[in-house]
Amino acid sequence: MRRIGEHPVLGPLPDSEMVRIVVDGEPMLARKGEMIAAALLAAGKQYFRKTIKTQEPRGIYCGIGRCTDCVMTVNGIPNVRTCVTPVEEGMEIETQMGYGHWKQER
Amino acid sequence: MMLEREVVVVGAGPAGLSAALEAARAGASVLLVDENSKPGGQLFKQIHKFFGSRDHRAGVRGIDIGAQLLDEAQQLDIEVWLDAEVCGIFNQCDVWIVRDKDRSVTVRARRIILATGATENAINFPGWSLPGVMGAGAAQTMINLHRVLPGQRFLMVGSGNVGVIVSYQLLQAGGSVEAIVEAAPRLGGYGVHTAKVRRAGVPFYTSHTVLEARGTDHVESATIVQIDSAWKPIGGTEKELSVDTICIAAGLTPLVELAFAAGCESFYSPLLGGMVPWHDRSMRTSIPSIYIAGDISGVEEASTAMEEGRMAGLSAAHSLGYLDHEQFTTGFQAAEARMLALRSGMFGQKRRDAKAAIIAHERG
Amino acid sequence: MQEREQREMELKQSGAPSLQELHESPCYQLPPKERRALAAVIECIEGIPCNPCETSCPQGAITVGDEITNLPVVDLEKCTGCGICVAACPGLAIYLKKYLFKENLAYIAFPFEYLPLPEEGQTVHMVDRLGHMVCDGTVLRVVKIKKNDRTAVVHVSYPNEFYEEVVNMQRLPRTD
Repeated sequence: MRRIGEHPVLGPLPDSEMVRIVVDGEPMLARKGEMIAAALLAAGKQYFRKTIKTQEPRGIYCGIGRCTDCVMTVNGIPNVRTCVTPVEEGMEIETQMGYGHWKQER
Repeated sequence: MMLEREVVVVGAGPAGLSAALEAARAGASVLLVDENSKPGGQLFKQIHKFFGSRDHRAGVRGIDIGAQLLDEAQQLDIEVWLDAEVCGIFNQCDVWIVRDKDRSVTVRARRIILATGATENAINFPGWSLPGVMGAGAAQTMINLHRVLPGQRFLMVGSGNVGVIVSYQLLQAGGSVEAIVEAAPRLGGYGVHTAKVRRAGVPFYTSHTVLEARGTDHVESATIVQIDSAWKPIGGTEKELSVDTICIAAGLTPLVELAFAAGCESFYSPLLGGMVPWHDRSMRTSIPSIYIAGDISGVEEASTAMEEGRMAGLSAAHSLGYLDHEQFTTGFQAAEARMLALRSGMFGQKRRDAKAAIIAHERG
Repeated sequence: MQEREQREMELKQSGAPSLQELHESPCYQLPPKERRALAAVIECIEGIPCNPCETSCPQGAITVGDEITNLPVVDLEKCTGCGICVAACPGLAIYLKKYLFKENLAYIAFPFEYLPLPEEGQTVHMVDRLGHMVCDGTVLRVVKIKKNDRTAVVHVSYPNEFYEEVVNMQRLPRTD
């Protein structure tokens, strides 16, 4: 699990503005505009949530926003599809346990 | 809020882009809608050179064909809504769209072209829900779009063109492919694709499938096993592979929900991926105002999707009165001929027959 | 048809054509050992609709024909070994070869789309169609031109006793 630096067809990894995000309380840098799932995979995160009844780990499956396997709680809102949601400065991302918790009234 | 447009194209992948371009060139006002934040569908993940002839832009990488299409769309000033999810079609003409996950808009369209593509199939086996088991397309999205390798040691399940091409691309991205398993007794993809991967040292196992994936928080190993002619595992043939990612390339299924929700008649075509909306030669469905193009009409490839898109775009525009008969026929037949050329040979003929069966079907 | 299916077994089992399958195909021609110039060798034995090899050749040495599913055939009289087709083939199924390079060395120029690229003078491991290492080779040239659209063509000399077996080189370990 890592970022691809130099690629034979895509060329070198372009420079990018970085944004600060917080994952399970730990700050980290991500490339501005990249999908949350990509940033987390690049950082080596093993799983994104645990299931409701049996607490089994889950990660990405379809990668394009259809299957909802990759959901996490983002800025206090659960069930956010991380593979189609870009990172933002200051974003708080939490490994979602089961249903997750709404941090605030919407 | 109700807006009106002449032609609404749903999906900005190769089929949708091509349809929008042709309809716009013909003079219709076109709204192109896509749920993603970037257009192009699967096209921008295809970093390999395409097959076909010069007319099909053979030898050009999918990513560059995509860039060309986008450029043409910009030049024609086609209205494009991204981050726009089409949630329903009512009265055969009202397209309900949710924009930016935030607000509803309904667009009354005189013609609708559905180019929503297809979704990857899943196969179930113990451990399949572990992080690290993903669609081959998901891995391709991660490496070619997001520039992230989602693992290091890969098992590919499925040897069709998707499985073999993605395996090659995983090698290019710096991953290692420990094995490609194929349940059928023969490999499915083109010989030139399998040869590329084989000479890179990746072993193929025909009549094999994945039996189990193991790991605590993530895939740590997988067991593959030989299967008999009844698709049952043969005891004693299990092989354990040290892999951290398992990619499933077990085919695609057309994304037909909008078509059927709108009331389009269906047709069952196992070779093309299952239930597809019935369509005639002009790519028009059983609902006169709705057309389809690309993988929604049967799983094929980007090249055929582009030609079907052109055919649908031309047909939709012509049905609105744009283009005289000769202009329409010339453009349509040229696209159709290019499409049929791709549906030839040992791989293409079956698709050609399956597609012809749809068109030939006598509707009830 | 059944016989053909038998013969195709190797390609559809191991992923690579066997030498027998290649020899039985109308399109595969190993350039004769006495030929002085490089020649294109095409290992494309399934009829898929595709013809950039034909359209890319400035000498008109490759023929596919009106039916673009026809197998490509190289006219060795016309082929000058320029290598344009090597990069043009979307299937990366073409390479240049000659038996008489110098001393007991043969020559191959093959497509390569991995990183890192080898360097001139480097010793690399040459592989057969199954990816098995066969022998060492010496890199003579690495051609990366814009026209080839990111398909590098690597020119290598290798022991001519492996003239037919060798088709490519083993990927080099990545440095990242």
